[in-house]
Amino acid sequence: MSFESAMARLGGSSISVSSVEACSMAKGETLADTIRVVSGYADAIVIRHPKEGAARLAAEFAKVPVINAGDGAGQHPSQTLLDLYTIRQSMKIDGIDVALVGDLRYGRTAHSLASALALYGVRLHTISPPGLELPPALVSSLTEQGMEIIEHDTIEEVVRDLDVLYVTRVQRERFPDSTSYFNVASSYRITPELLAGARKHLIVLHPLPRVDEIDPRLDASPHAKYFEQSKNGVPVRMAMLLDVMK
Amino acid sequence: MRHIAAADTGDEEGEGLLVRRIKNGTVIDHIDGGEALNVVKILGIAGTTQEALSIATNVPSKNMVKKDIVKISNRELSKEEVDRIALISPNATINIIRNFKVCEKEGVEIPTMITGSVRCPNPGCITRTNEPIKSRFAVLPGGKGLRCLYCDSVITKDLTSYII
Repeated sequence: MSFESAMARLGGSSISVSSVEACSMAKGETLADTIRVVSGYADAIVIRHPKEGAARLAAEFAKVPVINAGDGAGQHPSQTLLDLYTIRQSMKIDGIDVALVGDLRYGRTAHSLASALALYGVRLHTISPPGLELPPALVSSLTEQGMEIIEHDTIEEVVRDLDVLYVTRVQRERFPDSTSYFNVASSYRITPELLAGARKHLIVLHPLPRVDEIDPRLDASPHAKYFEQSKNGVPVRMAMLLDVMK
Repeated sequence: MRHIAAADTGDEEGEGLLVRRIKNGTVIDHIDGGEALNVVKILGIAGTTQEALSIATNVPSKNMVKKDIVKISNRELSKEEVDRIALISPNATINIIRNFKVCEKEGVEIPTMITGSVRCPNPGCITRTNEPIKSRFAVLPGGKGLRCLYCDSVITKDLTSYII
């Protein structure tokens, strides 16, 4: 929706295909063919797709610029740009302490953000349920770039040392049953009490939508920046669209 | 008397030929010990074959302690095949035999890119669908693994099980 809003504010229009049923892919058309066709209809393509690498494939077949708006459990680079912008509004990014919380294995926003933060000398703290840690290949890549990554069992043990707390959704389908899910989800819930000893300038971010990860009581806290973050998605995506279409 | 190149014999210990010489074809020598069957898999020989094929495994070698050798008649390997062999056996040498003589002898080089011959281990990768693309992997420095150029998945172990 934010890309559509961005395009509208730029004075352009957008054609949205929100489901496979709404296009020829329902008839068995390949993504490659769909992209070739849509290339003739639009000046840029913004793609969100359940398969990792779909945006890269699209870029190979498109005759117009392609923006990856999320590919499966892979990457979400446009979200990362607005995440960085939101952090930058509050502090310099270089050398800060950032914690990623939640499903870091399948969370594409976490993957892209971690990769970007490695460019800023950020110290990365990770807190995730067992089995949902950052992919080992990504960890190797980040540490090879010199990034310090510290795993924690709980948010409590690191919250006082953080500048940014980046929370992601733990998805119910990753767990064998509801009880396991609720047990884990409750242990990763961010509350005003949890942040009582945090640095004054700590900001809490979330790519949204949230479910139970952040207590609504936190919304009024100066730490809470997730709605501002979401709003930033529009100007950042306007800038991206302008850049790729100029 | 037998006057043929050592590369064509697997006979570095001088204890006799393990298999007969071939008139025309390729001898893949200095394969890492135990990898010969994987080399054969790379060559696409999995079932019925018309070619004369000889495989020697874990034979003594002066330089490698143990090595494997594969001889295949009437066939010269493509660059893609040689590149794939390099991934699992970087010390291998490729000897082209014509009329019983070694006409060309070259080592293998680990390529920087592998296209279309390795399956991505990630079931969620776009290359695992019916899209009209070939898998593409960048070879990690030192040949220590492969990275999928589409989904960034990395293969560092058991590479041969992903070879198509």
